[in-house]
Amino acid sequence: MPALIEIDRVVKTYTMGDVSVEALRGVSLAIDDGEFVAIMGASGSGKSTLMNVLGCLDRPTSGSYQLGGEEVSRLSAERLASTRNRVIGFVFQSFNLLARTSALENVELPLLYAGVHARERHARAMEALRRVGLGDRADHHPNQMSGGQQQRVAIARALVNAPRLLLADEPTGNLDSRTSEDVMRIFQELGRTGITVVLVTHEPDIAEYAARVITMRDGLILSDERRTPRAARAAGLEARS
Amino acid sequence: MNPLETLRVAWRALGRNKLRSFLTALGIVIGVGAVIAMVAIGDGAKARVEQSFAAMGSNMLIVMPGSTSSGGVQGGFGSMPTLTWDDLRAIQTEVPSVRYAAPALRTTTSVVAEDQNWTTSVNGTSPAYFAIRSWSAARGAIFNASDVDSGTKVVVLGQTVADKLFGPGAEAVGTTVRIKGVPFEVVGVLAAKGQSPMGQDYDDAVFVPYTTFQSKLQGGLKNVIAGVLFIGATDADATSVAERQITALLRDRHHLASGADDDFSIRNLTEMASATQEGTKTLTTLLAAIAAVSLLVGGIGIMNIMLVSVTERTREIGVRMAVGARPRDILLQFLVEALALSVAGGAIGVALGVSGAAWLARTMGWPMLVRPDVIAIAVVFSGLVGVGFGLYPAQKASRLDPIQALRFE
Repeated sequence: MPALIEIDRVVKTYTMGDVSVEALRGVSLAIDDGEFVAIMGASGSGKSTLMNVLGCLDRPTSGSYQLGGEEVSRLSAERLASTRNRVIGFVFQSFNLLARTSALENVELPLLYAGVHARERHARAMEALRRVGLGDRADHHPNQMSGGQQQRVAIARALVNAPRLLLADEPTGNLDSRTSEDVMRIFQELGRTGITVVLVTHEPDIAEYAARVITMRDGLILSDERRTPRAARAAGLEARS
Repeated sequence: MNPLETLRVAWRALGRNKLRSFLTALGIVIGVGAVIAMVAIGDGAKARVEQSFAAMGSNMLIVMPGSTSSGGVQGGFGSMPTLTWDDLRAIQTEVPSVRYAAPALRTTTSVVAEDQNWTTSVNGTSPAYFAIRSWSAARGAIFNASDVDSGTKVVVLGQTVADKLFGPGAEAVGTTVRIKGVPFEVVGVLAAKGQSPMGQDYDDAVFVPYTTFQSKLQGGLKNVIAGVLFIGATDADATSVAERQITALLRDRHHLASGADDDFSIRNLTEMASATQEGTKTLTTLLAAIAAVSLLVGGIGIMNIMLVSVTERTREIGVRMAVGARPRDILLQFLVEALALSVAGGAIGVALGVSGAAWLARTMGWPMLVRPDVIAIAVVFSGLVGVGFGLYPAQKASRLDPIQALRFE
């Protein structure tokens, strides 16, 4: 079985006026199904650019990217959108929930663009909210929830389409350490169910939850090591939510 | 995403900024309302003009004596009686495009009934006059040719005069009224006709045979006509032909040299009517054009707000794209929002325009004319405005780069 993610000599160059910046300078990487990977690096190391390419939000300048056996590096914007919708779930640092929209409707959003009917959409979104321990907050709006709860809604939204790949960009960047641990525990549990989790972080103690840590510098992979992940506290989420 | 969902999402987005959405739609409301009301006003005015010209008479010319000039000073119409009874007979017999010709001698005096009197216009004429103006008697009958020949003392009253002298609804036919002390038998009362285009009451007049008028009410001047001639042409197209032929005939009969001015003048009322109708048509077009400009301004308002909305919701667009919205989903969403604004505005505008036109028609006493085709055009046009002015902002939204949109503060 081929790897879920296989990138080969990926280069990404940004042109701003006369200046060209090489954010990625020929990165090759393979990630298997079900892996829990952390990508580390200082700001400007290229980790966010790599994340955007892996998430099909951006196309590489050169090199190839095979996602689940399909070459996606040259797809049109329309096809990339539908790939994101089917295969990938996103979790962002700033949650990026739609304001003045209930948790349930936020979670339903990917299903809306997948063309799922209203009744099934509600059922699946409720199921995803229950998985992150927010089954009783479905009608709350983002401004009525804590940061941790908002990030769990965002995770539910990322999960609702049953993606093979979960991409998290600094998911604990706006959270305190206890809430961060809750969120990381959810990621670990998802990893055990077979979803591939790739998270970008600059915090070493967050990277410790991952079984594989890739460190980037100056647009290249500096190190790629596997280790025994730190286990998250098994404390009940429901009790603290 | 299916169309119904798109509509629901658009509707909710508009509902989040209710006041803003309302104000934006207001531009279209006013535009569409104005188009419908203005066209209705123009059409109403036109119909009213047509009505009053129809009451004045059809295919009609008026030949007036005088209009002489001496030493560069132009005398007014009728300043010198130059038309003779022989002229009238010649017009009747020698001009083929003339169907009717009638004299109209006129004076203003009081008409006295048993216990009321009323000062009105007293006219001496022949039965042909009523045929030219298509006037008929509501009660009794109009005097006939033998009344004219023998100069009988009979009178036909206008509706207003009958009402003033005998009270509304009372029977006037068969009674006797006195004009300048002479008793006249009332033989008929004319059907009500309303006002002339110049605001004169057609029903405030009485009519007697012109022979009687000459002998009993007006002294002297037996050979010339101290009044005007009403000419009925054979049809509407013949009026200008009749005008030319009568001019030639009268110039010949009056022995006018080829360079001399006419010593009479002819008014062609059919031409006046069509000129006035052209005027009201121009008015309608002008009003509609002004209203269309306001619709255009409404469209610019929509575009402006949609551009603001796209900028404000850049992050939302980024999120939607990240979770799988395709560019055309985003395009459609913003386009439907613009369309919903303009069509809702258009619908309210139709309601306001129609009720505004109805109110105006009632206050001005015009016929109420709201053309369905104008409503359809206004609604379709407001939809086109929505699509036209919504397209650019929607395209702008759909072409956003998801990464930059997500980072937008």
